[in-house]
Order: sequence, then structure tokens, then C-alpha cells
Amino acid sequence: MINASLKELAAALASKQISSVELTQLFLDRIVRLNPEINAYVTLDSDKSLAQAAAADALIAQGKAGPLTGIPVAQKDIFCAKGWRTTCGSKMLANFTAPYDAHIISQFDAAGAVNLGKTNMDEFAMGSSNETSFFGKVQNPWDRARVPGGSSGGSAAAVAARMAPAATGTDTGGSIRQPASLCGLSGLKPTYGVCSRYGMIAFASSLDQAGPMAKSAEDLALMMNVMAGFDSRDSTSLQREKEDYTRDLAKPLAGLRIGLPKEYFAEGLDAGVAKVVEEAIAQYRKLGAETVEISLPNTQLSIPVYYVLAPAEASSNLSRYDGVRYGHRAAEYTDLMDMYCKTRAEGFGAEVKRRIMVGTYVLSAGYYDAYYLKAQQLRRLIAQDFEQAFRQCDVIMGPAAPGTAFKAGEKTDDPVAMYLEDLYTIAVNLAGLPGMSVPAGFANGLPVGLQVIGNYFDEARMLNVGHAYQQVTDWHTRMPEGI
Amino acid sequence: MQWEVVIGLETHVQLQTKTKIFCGASTAFGAEPNTQADAVSIALPGVLPVLNREAVQCAIRFALAIDAEIGRRSVFARKNYFYPDLPKGYQISQYELPVVGKGKLTIQVGDAEKTINITRAHLEEDAGKSLHGDFHGMTGIDLNRAGTPLLEIVTEPDMRSAAEAVAYAKKLHELVMWVGICDGNMQEGSFRCDVNVSVRPKGSDKLGTRREIKNLNSFRFMQQAIEYETRWQIETLEDGGTIHQATVLFDPDTGETRAMRSKEEANDYRYFPDPDLLPLVISEADIEAVKARMPELPEDMKNRFEQEYGLPAYDATTITSSRGMADYFVAAVAEFGGEAKLVANWVMGSVAAKLNEEGKDIAASPVSPMQLAGLLKRIADNTISGKIAKDVFAAMWVGEGDADSIIEQKGLKQVSDSGAIEVIVDEVLAANAAMVAEYKAGKEKAFNGLVGQCMKASKGKANPAQVNEILKNKLAG
Repeated sequence: MINASLKELAAALASKQISSVELTQLFLDRIVRLNPEINAYVTLDSDKSLAQAAAADALIAQGKAGPLTGIPVAQKDIFCAKGWRTTCGSKMLANFTAPYDAHIISQFDAAGAVNLGKTNMDEFAMGSSNETSFFGKVQNPWDRARVPGGSSGGSAAAVAARMAPAATGTDTGGSIRQPASLCGLSGLKPTYGVCSRYGMIAFASSLDQAGPMAKSAEDLALMMNVMAGFDSRDSTSLQREKEDYTRDLAKPLAGLRIGLPKEYFAEGLDAGVAKVVEEAIAQYRKLGAETVEISLPNTQLSIPVYYVLAPAEASSNLSRYDGVRYGHRAAEYTDLMDMYCKTRAEGFGAEVKRRIMVGTYVLSAGYYDAYYLKAQQLRRLIAQDFEQAFRQCDVIMGPAAPGTAFKAGEKTDDPVAMYLEDLYTIAVNLAGLPGMSVPAGFANGLPVGLQVIGNYFDEARMLNVGHAYQQVTDWHTRMPEGI
Repeated sequence: MQWEVVIGLETHVQLQTKTKIFCGASTAFGAEPNTQADAVSIALPGVLPVLNREAVQCAIRFALAIDAEIGRRSVFARKNYFYPDLPKGYQISQYELPVVGKGKLTIQVGDAEKTINITRAHLEEDAGKSLHGDFHGMTGIDLNRAGTPLLEIVTEPDMRSAAEAVAYAKKLHELVMWVGICDGNMQEGSFRCDVNVSVRPKGSDKLGTRREIKNLNSFRFMQQAIEYETRWQIETLEDGGTIHQATVLFDPDTGETRAMRSKEEANDYRYFPDPDLLPLVISEADIEAVKARMPELPEDMKNRFEQEYGLPAYDATTITSSRGMADYFVAAVAEFGGEAKLVANWVMGSVAAKLNEEGKDIAASPVSPMQLAGLLKRIADNTISGKIAKDVFAAMWVGEGDADSIIEQKGLKQVSDSGAIEVIVDEVLAANAAMVAEYKAGKEKAFNGLVGQCMKASKGKANPAQVNEILKNKLAG
């Protein structure tokens, strides 16, 4: 049951082979057993989860079940969920119970899914290893000494260790795709604006996007059917017709044009990872796809551009954590300024502080034009690279991350090395495009993800591309040992 | 040395929308603290702003009223600073691309007209309120006002005296109420002015260093504050001092301004486009839709009054200086049906004087337009004279009833019976032989004296025209 796909779980629930309460309990038991070490979850509330499961069972009994009714889903702790502690991985919000539901949470509620718990993450989604969380680092189930990636590291570890059938993540610069790659999962960052950001705690508003993390592309499609859709409470939410993301899963790939950006196979890419990715591409050729070399000439600019824009937005987004209305407030202070300083000094971790400082700096009078404005201009160039590329191909493929999971502590003292983890993912966020990682094999015994980048709103096509590959490979079914 | 004061204004106009600019919470004034503070107002983690269409329509209305350029694509920006009553740690405002561009407003100071150039007007959200003093050494925060829509209207430094600045502020105040975008309530903070004041030697075209007087919420304080600030700056410069750019507050108790913070302490607001909001795009159709529902503007109404009612320019301008007065006038004219000029005289004269005396708004006038028309009808049909009408009006003002009942009760009906008037005239002629002689000797003035005697003898009730006529006939005879 723990290895079952979402479709199989829905069938088991429908045929009364198992109840949602039993299924939820099964996963809760695994969490109790595995989580003390893996630390994928930061907040559990089995009463709430089981109550939702019981309600789902009632729906199933009435024949009112949808594809996700009764299925437990882990929620990244960046989504406000009414009555649930919602921390965003920070001491600042360690005492914060959300009084309202994020759009994503209410979508899952409406679908009858069960909230299995809130997953660990890098503090305010700032990190690529899940080591910046106030609630401690998360272990990679494939090698407990290694990181699961980040910032959606808790969600990735939870699904990889089969502590959840599927999970939500968010991706600002690679935070779904990089941990999916490092943990051997499928993960999708949709086109910017496809999933509402309402109730999703902001890191960098123009880049943040929610998406699903699961074992297979098919599971991602079912999750997307719940997560995607217009929401009037988010002004950047796109008003589009509701789509069925499973509709193209079974399409043949013959004639598919795959673009291979030469910049993604250059210096900085681990040889083992390169080999796996090349093998995966060979597999696609066998499925009838053609490959074409393309160029994304501004790729090398994406990291500096991102590390101007994302901190700029973050420095402003995180201003609300001031100790006045909710969240952490310093115990002792002499005046208002002292209260602000102590509260924020105590409440935020080092990486968050670093980004607030960088962001404040680049927005300052006298520096704005040279940094923020310049970065915005380059952002347009990066988007144009993709525009050009998609004239030659249908999807772009390459590695999701430059290497496999690294050892905990290995990059914590070198922020730039950590930032390079997102070398292949960041440009996708800057352009607002959809990106996906699917398991493509192993290097040095660790999972490697193949990144698939699509044109705007091409998620269904990308899921088709992932699914077809998963019909002829079994990487996505592999499970770490010892869980 | 001769000095010249240079003044520019920034006015925060609270827009009359039902809900806040970026969320659905109510904007009603005076509710219990924090009862109108929803998740967005208190900036909970994860909440997002959604622009209120009504606020945009108010901005378009204002642009049309001052014949301004409308920003077809304007951008909301974040103004970042920390303050306890600013929940997000930034204010959503507009910076580089405002919704309203250059426009103008013509003011009247004494007999002179002057055009004040408006640089821009932009939409932004208000902050909450810090309540000091109620909590024993602590500060309370009320976020009911946080997110209330404001239109900040900025002028060029075009004003050269406190009187001009006040005339502009009053004109703007009337205009925003006229077009229905603001309730104009200055006590509740619906209309707040920041005044930039600098001085320079007369004849210089270089601007002096300015100080900004913040948050003036009455025209009287504005006048006092500018006058004090101007004197202070001139004295400082004449004593060899320099003016430092600063924000100052006016203390109504002392009548003085004092510096709140200097420019060195000023915030770097780190403005940048708000990524949570798309650029605001206003189409021709949006503008046309607002235009279709625009009230007639004061200037157009003034011109119409001159043509339609034959009012002199001065009367038409005065009557249209406020929407309330214009409405009152129109209602009275419609009911009266007679000469509009007579209505204008009364509205600008007795009615305005009484209102002024009692500090009342015309909407609260104890004498309604209908009642005034009732009085004017009795003048027109010679029931009473204009002089008696003043007494009747005074009685109406204090609630003694309408014109007809007061005239009836007090027996003020004009005597138009020519027989009765002849009797009075004969008596007066008999009793004033000297005056009659003077008149006959060619002293025209003596005639007026005789009329006066007749009116006096009739206790003011004789029809003056008839008195004139009969007197003339008798003297000629």
C-alpha cells in the first residue's frame, strides 16, 4: 500500500479494500516510526488528520468520492492551514497557528484529501538543503548522512521514505525540482500564476509557485487537477479554463522535439549525473523523440539575477515579522527600535538575515538602478532565451541539479556553492515557465533527476513526457532501503 | 530684503469606497478598534492584496475633474519602512507611474484668479493608528484604518501666500466632495494636507530649502502654520542661519511649528514595484464609463448659470463654489419660477450670512430652498416688500413657520389698496409742507424723503411702487 500510486489508492478506497482512516493511520504509524530521525514533518495532528479521513470515508460511502478523496497528502509548512501551526520553518512563526486556509489547502479539503501533517522546509523557503530550518535538518532517506535538497526537503523526504503518498511543495528557484531530483521523486513547478499563492507564505512573490511532489508523473497530474485554478484573491493568478492534467498522459511521443541546452551540459555538471541524463535522453529517442541542440546563452546570469531579485522581494515580504501582531517577540526590550531589532535578530536564522540584508542593499537609494533595475532587464533577456529556444523544440531537457545529494554540512559555510545547486532550475522561475524533475537513474548510488522544461501552460504535455518515460523505466518505483 | 514664500501642497484624500483598497474590510469610521481589521488588514502571513475597482474609479473621477492626464498604465510600488501601525512593514503606493498625471485647478484669491498646477495624484493605502496614552506606558494599535484608500494629490510649488494655499485647499476640498469621491470630513481625517514651505529673496528663481508641515486638518490651522513657518524661515535667514530640510508639526496650542525629524534621519523607502499586483491598466472604455456618471463640474455649471439664468459672472462663481450651494440655488429657482437673480441675491446674501454666522453647512440650513422660494414669491407678487421679507426670513430661520403663515400671523401684508395709500400720502403731504416746497423748487432728493415718510407711516407695509406713483401724481397735480 505504501508504494501504491494515487490511482491505485483511490481504487483501494473505492473497493473498500482499505478505509481512509486505516490508510491515514498506516502513514501516521510510519511517521511515528521514521520521523524522529528523518525529521520530514514539523507538525502533526493525528486527531485532525483522522477526522478528515473519517469524513472522507463518509463521502466514499455515499459514492461522492473524487480521485483524491480519502488520500493523505503532506503539506509543506509554507501553506497556512486553519487551526494548524504554520511555521515556514522559522522560529519567527514557531508559535503561529494559522486562522485561515491557503487556497491550496482549501482545494485539497474540497477534494476530500486528508492533511497528513506539515512538512519541514528551509526557513522561509531560503535554502537548497533543508539545513536552514529552525526545526532541524532533514535526512535524505537514500543516505541519512545526506541532505534531501530544499527548500521543500521535508516534503521530498516524506514521500521518498513513504511517509506520505504525495506532498505539496513550493518552488522559487528550484525548491521542488532539486529536492525531487535528490530524493528520486517526480516534482512539478507549474507556470507562474497557475496555482494561487493566497495563503502561501511569501518568499519572493514574482517567483514563488506551488506544485506537487509525488512518485510518478501520473500522480503529479492528479495533484495538479486539485491545485491548479484561478483564485480571485491572488492578483497574479491566471484566469484560465480549468484543465484536466491527465488528459494527455497516454499520448505517444513520436515527433516530440527535445531541446538540449548546451549550457546545461557544460562545466559544473557532475559526470555521473551527466551520464544518467544522457541515458534518459537516449531512452526518449527510442520512444520516437528527436533531439536538437539549443542555446540558452544567458544561463550563467540567472544566479546573480536571482540573488538580486529574490532577496529584494524577500526583504520587503519579511518586514511584517516585526513582533507587533503575531509570531515571535523578544522577551525584553527598552523601546520600539530595540523590540524590532531583538525580535528579528532572535526570530530569523542566518540565511534569512543574509538575504534580507542583500535585498535591503540592492533596493537602497543609489544602488537600485545598478542592481534591481539591471536584474529586471536581464530577467527579460533570460525569458527571451527560452522564447527563442521554444521555436526550435517542444520541451527542453537537462539535469535538474548539478550533482546528487551532498553530505549535510558540506555546503553550509559556502553560500555560493549552495546557490549553484539551483544553476539549472532558477532560470525557469525567472521566466515563469513550468519545470519538472523525474527520476532518471542513479549516480554513485544516489537518485538523479531529469529536468523537463515546457513552454507556458504546457504542463499537460510535460506530464505526458514524464509518464511515457515512466511506462518504460522503473526508476520512479525504486525505494530507499531501510524504511 | 524682500522675501517671497513658495508653497506646494500634498493632500491625502480618503476615498469614499465601501471597502478598503486591497481587501473587503469596511472603511466605516469610528468602529471599535480592530473590528474592521481582517487577515489582509493585519498582514497575516500569506495574504495578498486585490485592488478595489471603486478606488480606481474615484481616481479617474478626480482626473476628469481637474482635466488631468490619466495614467493608462500605472504601477503600484512598495514604500518600505517600519512602524507599528504599518502592518506589512511597507505601504502600497504608486511611485514612478501614478494613476493621475498633470492637471490644474483655478483658484480665486480676492478678485484675482490663479491656476495651480497639479503634478500628479496617486492611489495608496492608509496606515492604522497608534493610540498612545491609553495603555499605561504602552502603545495600542488600531488597524481599522489600515488599508483605507487614499488619493494623494501633489501640486507644483505654485502658491505664494498662505491665502493662496488655503484657497487652493478649500477649492480642492469642495471639488473632491463635488465629484463624490470624499466626504470631506476633516475632523475624521478624510482630508489632510501636508504643506511644503520655503522662502527666497523676491525676484530669485531658485527655490529655497523647504520644510514640510505635516497633517494639517483645518484651514485655519493651515493659515496659521504657514504664516508662522514663513516668519520663522525669514527670521532664521535674516539672522544669518540656514534652513535644513525637515518635517515639522504644527502645534495649535502655541501656534508654532516644530521639527519632527530632519532629512538625515529620513527613511530610505526602497520603493520597488509590488510583485503582488499587476500594473493597473485603464482603458478608454473605463474612462467613458466614469465620464457617463460624472456630475456637471463647477466650471461648466457656472457657465450654464450665466447663460441659462442670466446671472452675472460673480454670482455664478459664488453659487457654484460648493455643490451644496449650487443644489440649494437650483432647487429654489425651480420652486420660485421667477427671476433667478433674486434667488441668487438671497442665497449669497441672507442665507450665506446666517449660515456663516452659525457655522452651518447649507445642507443643514433651517430655511429650505422650498421655503425660501415661498418667501420670494411673496416679494414677487407684491405681498411684502424686500425689506419686510428680511424680517420674515429671520422669523423663518428660527423656525416660526413658512413665509405665508408668518406674514399672516404678524400682519405684514403689504398695503396695495390705492385708496388706503392715497390717504397716507395725503397725510404725509399735509404734514411736510417744507419738503413739498423743496421738491417743487427742484430738489429731487426731497422726493425720497417724502417716500420714506409714507413708508414709515404705513409701518413699511405700503407697496413702495404704488407710493412712488401716487406721490408723483399728487405732487404734479
